Amino acid sequence: MENKVPMLEIENLHASVGGNAIIKGINLVVNEGEVHAIMGPNGSGKSTLALVLAGHPAYEVTEGSVRYDGQDLLELAPEERARKGVFLAFQYPVEIRGITNAYFLRFALNAIRAEQGIEELDTIDFLDVLKEKLEIIGWDESMMNRPVNDGFSGGEKKRNEILQMAILEPRLAVLDETDSGLDIDALKTVAAAVNKLRKPDNATIVVTHYQRMLNYIEPDFVHVLADGRIVKSGGKDLALELEEKGYDWLAPEVAAV
Amino acid sequence: MSSIETQVTQPYKYGFVTDIDADQIPPGLNEDIIRLISAKKEEPDWLLEWRLKAYRRWTEMREPTWANVKFDPIDYQSIVYYSAPKSKKQLSSMDEVDPALVETFEKLGISLNEQKRLSGVAVDAIFDSVSVATTFSETLAKHGVIFCSFSDAVKDHPDLVRKYLGTVVPGGDNFYAALNAAVFSDGSFCYIPKGVRCPLELSTYFRINASNSGQFERTLIIADEGGYVSYLEGCSAPMRDENQLHAAVVELIALDDAQIKYATVQNWYPGDKNGKGGIFNFVTKRGKCAGINSKISWTQVETGSAITWKYPSCILQGDNSVGEFYSVAVTNNHQQADTGTKMIHIGKNTRSTIVSKGISAGVGQNTYRGEVRIMKNATGARNYSQCDSMLIGDKCGAHTFPYIDVRNSTAIMEHEASTSKIGEDQMFYAQQRGITAEDAVSMIVNGFCREVFKELPMEFAVEAQKLLGITLEGSVG
Ligand SMILES: Nc1ncnc2c1ncn2[C@@H]1O[C@H](COP(=O)(O)OP(=O)(O)OP(=O)(O)O)[C@@H](O)[C@H]1O
Ligand SMILES: [Mg+2]
Repeated sequence: MENKVPMLEIENLHASVGGNAIIKGINLVVNEGEVHAIMGPNGSGKSTLALVLAGHPAYEVTEGSVRYDGQDLLELAPEERARKGVFLAFQYPVEIRGITNAYFLRFALNAIRAEQGIEELDTIDFLDVLKEKLEIIGWDESMMNRPVNDGFSGGEKKRNEILQMAILEPRLAVLDETDSGLDIDALKTVAAAVNKLRKPDNATIVVTHYQRMLNYIEPDFVHVLADGRIVKSGGKDLALELEEKGYDWLAPEVAAV
Repeated sequence: MSSIETQVTQPYKYGFVTDIDADQIPPGLNEDIIRLISAKKEEPDWLLEWRLKAYRRWTEMREPTWANVKFDPIDYQSIVYYSAPKSKKQLSSMDEVDPALVETFEKLGISLNEQKRLSGVAVDAIFDSVSVATTFSETLAKHGVIFCSFSDAVKDHPDLVRKYLGTVVPGGDNFYAALNAAVFSDGSFCYIPKGVRCPLELSTYFRINASNSGQFERTLIIADEGGYVSYLEGCSAPMRDENQLHAAVVELIALDDAQIKYATVQNWYPGDKNGKGGIFNFVTKRGKCAGINSKISWTQVETGSAITWKYPSCILQGDNSVGEFYSVAVTNNHQQADTGTKMIHIGKNTRSTIVSKGISAGVGQNTYRGEVRIMKNATGARNYSQCDSMLIGDKCGAHTFPYIDVRNSTAIMEHEASTSKIGEDQMFYAQQRGITAEDAVSMIVNGFCREVFKELPMEFAVEAQKLLGITLEGSVG
């Protein structure tokens, strides 16, 4: 590919939580238009990486840097990152009682629009946006008047993450195991939605354990994370190979995890 | 980034002190002090006797200890029971109110100038022990509505006062009510005549200013047959390091087909973030639905005070009468609240609704305590209770003690309860969607309180939302 525009540049990133080093030197560049898959054993640090990118306060960056559109990402507050287009679909979406999904989404969208200097949407205009996006993920409005994720099934929560992504139209989306917990039909719908939202100037990082997801969302690169480091990178075929052989063959240090 | 534990409470906005000469009596409590207060107010003998009787009861009573609150013993002999701003002469119009007082209320957002005042709201402004001004009295008088300070009511409408005073909250009702009966200095009085729908919202604003003094006001509202009134109450106090006692009594009486809506936005000084200072808000509020088809609604938004001890209640005596209690109680930092209601069903087909929303942040402790009692003859009584608690952070506490006493088998009781938490995870989730932590909290909290806020008159609802935002500011980071 010619004329690559780097969007995310992770350099020698180290991060720890509660005093334990989890991320131990990650280097990764994601260019505009690319899809990267991150795979790796349980506990290898995939979610930690995602949460560090999103700015979770419990995770401390001890070394290295992350640049996003040329800017120091790590110095931005979580909501500023979000407003600049960084979106995380959580592995474990959080329930928020006392506020409806629709209201939450409108508030979020307006916060992001305000940042971009676009006028805020009132309830009625928002409803139009919502209807269009609900169609993409195959939902009706009934889920919108329920409190955020409250009492949602595992799969519904994941689908709700993608709905949020569809509405917020992020520049960089990090999907942390969005496929797990989805039934086969839902997986197809969600994958189709993600593909539909792809644009030449945005990028996606897909964290997954399953090759199946990558059949639908085709990655440009596949990385294997083990013990806080990327131990192997390759094209989409790497995922097939991993599916077949597991992680043991990769490196002794991975096997030791 | 600060974490959820960090408490940086926004300074209390109403904590200023007004520099004004006060007519204060010496601290301490005995029969002479009570006689002195009564004499200062030029009261009739029957009222002095009523006070003394309550006082004698009080000396035999003990502070209640069942509430889930902790505080150092109160020295009742060190409190000043009467403190009034010195007025040079008898006031004959609003223009003669001391400008320092007008300015004080102005700063609190309460204009005593009728032209500037929000149309549709009449105010009784109480400063320490006395009412300093009542607006729109004349407009109201045209409709036969009496709205004045308690002191004026004793002078101008003694029969009404004598007929109803202490009929809902007797002089010896409980420790704090007895104390109030002995020393109460002023308050508001309101009478809605038969068939009159009060054309204005009535409101009382209480301001404590003097140090070492307590505030002991007494409010009495009577809605005669078919009458209707909506009443609002607000309050604030300077920031002081010592605790100050506020022991008020409110009595409501609704006769046949009458309706009283009573709303409180309580914003007494809550103490600093380490729990120093603040008002002890020990209040007895009770309404009696004396007539058939009568209705009393209590709505309260309790955001201030170091300690709140308060149970606005309804005695549902008239057949088909209705009692309602809608409450939001917030405790942040070291605040403690033990609040709730009592619904006593006596008449047939009486109905009551209880919606309580408790919010705790910091190391605040929030207790809902409620009782629903269905008496033997209360055939067809119904109660719906809903108690929801919200915890912000993980160092605060929420407790609920619903007591139910049903003596008639036809009663229908429904009870719902929930507890939810706003923790770091909720905050981060909202932030990840571009919403600031502060907005997230106010959004969640306002959603949580919606059912109560919708019971408040419009401007008060807005005020309450703002207040909640301020009270909780810094409770998450
Ligand atoms: N808040 C925390 N406190 C303590 N340890 C943590 C915390 N968060 C993550 N860890 C630890 O960090 C390691 C990496 O966790 P992480 O969630 O990033 O793994 P993962 O690769 O996403 O795993 P999975 O595939 O199971 O989702 C684990 O050992 C985990 O226990
Ligand atoms: Mg994970």
